[in-house]
Amino acid sequence: MSHDQKSIHLRDMHGLTVQGPVEWTEEEKAEIAAIVAKYPTQRSAIMPVLWKAQRKWGWLQFEVLKLVAATLSLKPSEVMEVATFYTMFKKEPTGKYLIQACHTLSCALLGADRVIRHIETKLQLDEHGNSPDGKFTLMRVECLAACGSGPMMQINDDFYELLTEQKVDEILDAMAADRPLPVPRPEVDQWTYTPVS
Amino acid sequence: MDVYPRILSRIWGVPGSHTLAVAEQHGAYNAARKALAMSPAEVTDVVLKSGLRGRGGAGFPTGRKWTFVPPPEKRGGKPVYLLCNADESEPGTFKDRFCMWNDPHQLIEGMIIASHALGVRRAYIYLRGEFEYVQRRLDEALAEAYAKGYLGENIFGSGFSFDLYTHLGAGAYICGEETALISSIEGYKGQPRLKPPFPAVKGVWESPTIVNNVETLAAVPWIIENGWEAYKAIGTEQSPGTKLFSCSGHIMKPGVYEIPLGTPMMDLLNKWCGGLRPGRTLKAIIPGGSSVPVMTPAEVAQANMDYESINKVAGSYLGSGGFIVMDDTTDMVDALTNLLRFYAHESCGQCTPCREGSAWMYNILCRLRDGLATEDDLVALRDLADNIHSRTICFFGASAAMPVQSFVTKFRDEFVARVESARAGLPAGLAVAK
Repeated sequence: MSHDQKSIHLRDMHGLTVQGPVEWTEEEKAEIAAIVAKYPTQRSAIMPVLWKAQRKWGWLQFEVLKLVAATLSLKPSEVMEVATFYTMFKKEPTGKYLIQACHTLSCALLGADRVIRHIETKLQLDEHGNSPDGKFTLMRVECLAACGSGPMMQINDDFYELLTEQKVDEILDAMAADRPLPVPRPEVDQWTYTPVS
Repeated sequence: MDVYPRILSRIWGVPGSHTLAVAEQHGAYNAARKALAMSPAEVTDVVLKSGLRGRGGAGFPTGRKWTFVPPPEKRGGKPVYLLCNADESEPGTFKDRFCMWNDPHQLIEGMIIASHALGVRRAYIYLRGEFEYVQRRLDEALAEAYAKGYLGENIFGSGFSFDLYTHLGAGAYICGEETALISSIEGYKGQPRLKPPFPAVKGVWESPTIVNNVETLAAVPWIIENGWEAYKAIGTEQSPGTKLFSCSGHIMKPGVYEIPLGTPMMDLLNKWCGGLRPGRTLKAIIPGGSSVPVMTPAEVAQANMDYESINKVAGSYLGSGGFIVMDDTTDMVDALTNLLRFYAHESCGQCTPCREGSAWMYNILCRLRDGLATEDDLVALRDLADNIHSRTICFFGASAAMPVQSFVTKFRDEFVARVESARAGLPAGLAVAK
């Protein structure tokens, strides 16, 4: 986690304006109450409520963080320190499809760099990892626990494994056209269930 | 290859193995029924005698950990909590994902039994943020178990009531460290805490807390159902039972394999993993996840897959069982640089030696990789690693130092060659045999 990046994120958060009302619906308020009830302290609900906010608003603008703080009777700084510590909480907007490509050792041994460079070229990504139409954002991330089926990437919530350039093309072409994709089953690899003779 | 029972991967690969109906056809929740008819002390005793050791990496005896929870009169009225560590983030490790994806009811059952033994009323499964889709499957399994009355009030009419929840992290390797996991679930930055007090005495929400890995808890139902003698009969005297190994890298059949502890490392490599790619020779294996010291082919040939052998032969550790194989095409300088980028990125930033040191080590390795380093850099690298190890609150510092110490010592020629090619003005890596 680079500290420089963090301070840039914070500045951006203050500088960006919010569109539309930042508030929960009655239904969401009830869902949050159910989340809070799972824990003995209200503060423990920070991460689940931040997830909920990120799903609703796409990323965690400063106004959203303030709402989460108010919801849980906490100070905005207390929510902010949690939101900035964890890399999956987005402090800036990303494309509709957030690609997190693993580049840690096991994937790297199997050609992750080649696959990632292919994604960069194919989507014409800029230095921030965004495609010209803003639809895709690529992040190189550390190990996602799919080492046996690398190279791999996570797009939004789902894992895509055993990647080749051709497979990447199929996946990204479908997303570029917003064609519904088959629900990816983690390709928990083909060998594990084979009895050893 | 000897016949041995599959304990953790028993129903993996069976269609619908994640559903309650299929899991019950294969005997799910029989052990929980049996355990709830036993006293908590009896259950703990069985786990203690089985010799089951924590599968998250440290290998601490599970039953002994459970006995560290203070008796009710010494808890100051505080409840006891059980946290399942499903943060699985050690590079090279992906077995817990398989456990939860293929057989979530085995984990739930293990947690019911453990909670009965520990007097826990509420427990949580802490999943890494990227496992959102695994959380969905677990939540479905929890709903099925609640609907059948296997969770909630008065389970199996035993009078024991128990609630189980999932909790999603958000991308921080350090949250796999038990005190960081506790900080995180409390709603703070995932930064480790000093021990003592140990979590068993004062953990989450200031209450006695047991943190166990997914694979550890998933082994408990089989032990209860078949008895500690049956479990102890598998594996070695000090490392009983089976263990899941996450096998990745330059092998023909990567995957998760359940084998008895004590299996020769060469057998895991050649029989289960299908051996190396054709025409390649072995250069190195990291046996227990990226944090443990790397092993040379000569060490691999002598070691068995158990806690004692790996340590005795190679000064390394079984760790989480992340078995990363590297063949002769691997550039060890590049491989270590890759790993140190991970540690520099994932240091939580709390302790100076780790926060600064991991980044320094990564910077030096980048210079080395790019052909800009001198002999002094190699000395500095080793010096940094030695000064991080054991000088931090948690084990992360050592985890970043051990790969450096072992790579630079065991594959010294490659590191020296990089320095020499830099001095001769050759392009980076030219002096390294490919």
